[in-house]
This record gives sequence, C-alpha cells and structure tokens, in this order.
Amino acid sequence: MASLADLFSSGTLSQFLVGLSRTTILFIVSSGLTLILGVLRIPNLAHGSLYMIGAFLAYSVIHFLGDGTAAFWAALVIAPLVVAALGFLLERGFFSYLYEREHLMLLLLTFSFTLIIGDLVKLVWGAEYRSVTVPRVFQGSAEVFGLPLPYYNLFLLLIGPFIAVFLWLVVNKTKMGKIARAAAVDSEMVSAVGINVGWVFAFTFVLGCFLAGLGGALIAPMVNITLGMDHSLIMEAFLIVIMGGLGNIWGALLGSLIFGLTQSLGILVWPQFGIVFPYLAVVAVLVVRPKGLLRSTW
Amino acid sequence: MKNRHAALFLLLVLLAALPQFLPRFYTYIAAIVLLTGLLATSLNLAIGYGGIYQFHHAVFYGIGAYGTALMLTRGTMPAVFGFLAGPLASAALSLVMGLVCIRLSKLYFGMLQISLGSLVWATVYRWYSFTGGDDGIHGVPLPDAIASPQGSYYFTLAVAALSVFALYRIVRSPFGMTLQGIRDNPVRSEAIGVNVRLHQLAALVVAGFFGGVAGMLFVVVDTSVFPDMMFWTFSLEVLVMCLLGGMYTFFGPFAGAAAIVLLRVFASVYTPYWSLLLGVLLTLVIIFLPDGVAGYLVRRLRGREGVRA
Repeated sequence: MASLADLFSSGTLSQFLVGLSRTTILFIVSSGLTLILGVLRIPNLAHGSLYMIGAFLAYSVIHFLGDGTAAFWAALVIAPLVVAALGFLLERGFFSYLYEREHLMLLLLTFSFTLIIGDLVKLVWGAEYRSVTVPRVFQGSAEVFGLPLPYYNLFLLLIGPFIAVFLWLVVNKTKMGKIARAAAVDSEMVSAVGINVGWVFAFTFVLGCFLAGLGGALIAPMVNITLGMDHSLIMEAFLIVIMGGLGNIWGALLGSLIFGLTQSLGILVWPQFGIVFPYLAVVAVLVVRPKGLLRSTW
Repeated sequence: MKNRHAALFLLLVLLAALPQFLPRFYTYIAAIVLLTGLLATSLNLAIGYGGIYQFHHAVFYGIGAYGTALMLTRGTMPAVFGFLAGPLASAALSLVMGLVCIRLSKLYFGMLQISLGSLVWATVYRWYSFTGGDDGIHGVPLPDAIASPQGSYYFTLAVAALSVFALYRIVRSPFGMTLQGIRDNPVRSEAIGVNVRLHQLAALVVAGFFGGVAGMLFVVVDTSVFPDMMFWTFSLEVLVMCLLGGMYTFFGPFAGAAAIVLLRVFASVYTPYWSLLLGVLLTLVIIFLPDGVAGYLVRRLRGREGVRA
C-alpha cells in the first residue's frame, strides 16, 4: 500500500482524475435507470444492454462517417437517438402491458431482454472487440493543478454537471417532467384527472434509454467496446441508484460520486483489491440508511 | 400419494442406472443436471417458500465450491472435512449476510445482497495468491472412490437425493409451513407471535447451506472452480430455472434446472446464439405463463381433479 504522501507527489493524482471522469458515465447511465425505476417502477436490467448498444452504434457511426471529429459529434447525437427509439419500441411493445406485474417478474423479463440483446449485438457486430480513437479535438492533455489530464477526460468531467442541470430542468420545469413526478407518486390519481399516464411512462422510459445510449456513446473512445460490457456496468448503476435513493436524480449523482471516488481512490491505494471498495461503500451506506441517502420516490 | 412415491422410486432407479449405458460425457452432464437441480431447489426455499428476494444465491454455490476446493488442494485433513467445509462456509456466510440484509424488504433486500455478494466475488476474483484469482483452481485432487466419472456421478446422485429429500421434509415441517405463512402474510404472522425475522434467517441459512452442497458437488464432478460461478448473472440464471419450473411447486425448480442445462448442452451444438433462444423462451413464459411451465401444468391437472371431485 502506498502512503498518502507518495500519492500526491507523483503523477498518480492525474490517474485519479482520469478514473473520476468515469463517474460522469456512471451518472448519465444511472440517472436514466433511476428515472425508469422511480416513475415506471421497472428494475430494468436491460438498461446496461442499451448502454452497450449505444457504444457499438457510436463505433459504427464514427467508422461509417470516416473517423473525423464531425463523425464523433454525429455519433453522440445519432447513437442515443437510435437507442431511445429502441426503448420506445420496448416500452410500447412489452412493458406497457406488464406494469401490474410484481417486481421479480419484471426483473426476470428485463434479464431475458439482456440475454436477447447480448446475442443480437453478437450477431450484428461480431464477438471481437471494437475500439474508437479519441477525436482529434480531444487529443492531448491539459494541465490541471500542474498534472496532465487528457482533454477527453476533462470534457467528460465537465459534461456531467451539464447533464445534471439539464435533467433537473426537464424534471422540475417542464410540464411533462412535473406530470412524470406526479405519476411517480400516484399514477392512479394522475390518470383520474384526465392525463394519459401511458404516454408519460413512455416519455420517461425513452428519456432514460436516451441517457443509456448517451453514456455508451461517450465511453466509446475510452474503453474497448466488447460484449459483456453491459454486465459490470448495469450492476454498478443499480447499486448507485439504490445507494442514492430510488427515483432520485440527485441521489444518482451522489451515488455515482461515491462509487466513482471509492473506485479510483481504492485502485490508487491498493491496486489489487481496488474493485472491492465501491461495494464496501454501498454496503456501509445501506446498513446505515437502508432506503438510500436521499429521499426515494417509492 | 402412493403413486407419487412409486414414481420417485422409479426415477431414482433410472438415475442410478444411467451411467451403465450413457457415454462418459453424458454421465458428466447428468451429474451437472443433478447438482444444478439441487441448487435451484435450495434457492426456491428462500424465494418460493420464504418470499425472500434472494438475488445472489450463486455466491453460496461459489463459496461451497471454493471452500471444498481449497480444503482439498491446500488442507492436510481427510477429504471428508473438505466436503463439509464448503457447505458450512456457505451456511456461515449466509448467516452473516442474512443478519445484515434481513431488516430490508423485497427489492432493497435483493440489492443489498447483490452488493455484499459482489464484494465476495470481487475478493475471490482478485485474491490470486489464495483463490487463484480469475483463473480459479483446476485439478482438485479427489479421493480414489469418487475420482472416476461414474464414482463422482454416484456420489452426486446420493448427496443430491438426500439433500432434496431433506429440503422436502423442511418445507413440509411446521417450520416450512410457518415460513409459507410469513410469505403470504407477514403482518398477521407477526401478530400471532411468530418471530418473522428468525424464521426468514433460518430459511436463508438452510438455503445457503444446500447451495453450498451443490457447489461442493460441482468440485467433485468438474474438479475445478472459477469466479464466474458466483457472478451475478449466474444467480439470475438460477432464478430463471426456478421461474421456468414454477416457484410454488417443490420439484418445479429442479425440472427447470434440468431443462436449462440440457437445452444449453444440446442447443449449443447447433447454434452459438443459445442466450437468444433462452431469452425468447423466457420472455414468452413470463408473459403467458407467470407460474412457470410446471406451475401451469400442476394448475391444469389440479383443476381437472377438482372438477371430477
């Protein structure tokens, strides 16, 4: 184990910042998951699969448009939109008929979707891994506190708060957002005053899926895009959502920060068992506050 | 009732005769079916009879396997202790995890269990010097009597049959009945003086123990262990076995496990897209047969008997 002095004197701090930029991805994906859990009450395991599709789609769009910076921006728009459209089909085709089922059944249904989507991705993109180069504008590093931080990671660190504000505006300032919040608390009452709750649910589900796709597209230049990338991420996103409070977007932000920080700090302090720390954090939080840190909509 | 006993006896005789005419590979598969069936049946004690959201049952399977494998490869004690150590370690882990999780209900219970289980998984996955890390442990030495494929099959058959019988007696005992009462109405059970938490905790420990027995049997059959055995996706697969077979029947999960293991073996001969097949099948069952295939059949049969009576 390294001492704290070693950590701050060496370049490992910038490694830490790089690790932290993954927090943004965790937040974007888990905020979508928490929206769906809070409003529709679906524990959607397929959320990770949609994230994986987002990453593979970003790869395809970037390669189709010839690897440039413009191609990257196009991928950031197209991949989430296609994933959102897929989410619309899933919601209208399956979930809209099954809202009354118990959570266990919905969980297993979404698990079967992860099985199906996993194989469909294998069918379309093949089993070997894909990679996307960092777009040209983001190549190179900035100096942060005298430490090198790649521009792309800086971009990710900055985009996180932006998404959080955007979601806050959608949920609190738009009519649709307000209706969705009301439906999360009492969907029967909302439909009794003449609002078509089905479409509110569909909107929320599509927004959540869009976020999953966006997370996938954003992570594409940072990791190898592989089958199975959904499995580790969805579990992390679920733990973040539970830790923050089901259905609470700020909870998702807080949970992502805790998860991302303990992960990147843990790897710095004790490389071999670094991956254990975020799970320890979740257990500690849930033992002290069984319903999560912030108020849940359940 | 007599008929059912006769059928079970016949099934046991048939299972005992299997290795005499099955080739070596299929004897291995048959043993895997038996131990996976035990795994699903043990999970069903918690989730079907207890109504507890045991989402990460595979952890107990994995710890049972690792406990046994580590005792057999590193320990100096007789092998019997290894066979006991795995399941006992699972029971102990189940008790500890249960004490932490038990005050939460439903989805929260399940998620806390998954995070605790992932903690165990991550530790095993990374502790190269002790557990072999992501490579696992291979070539676990077994006593000569059960080292041959046939020997390990008969050992598995005997232990699995005894374990399933024990689980059956537990479900039918006053304890099992109380557990089902708690599942159906926890508030009323509490009001008539049942210690709800204690009963649920006991069910978790028993389920964990027999999950560990299944893991121990896996070591005997496969002579290896690896961390994927306790990854959360496998836990959900075992849940799927329970669901396909039917959670409110005793033998349903066993049948579901057998169906999935066999389907995987035979489907993967023809197609690499076995998960797609399982996913579609599962989607159809959830939408159209919420009690599972066996549950549906039982309901149909009972319905007819009812009409006759």
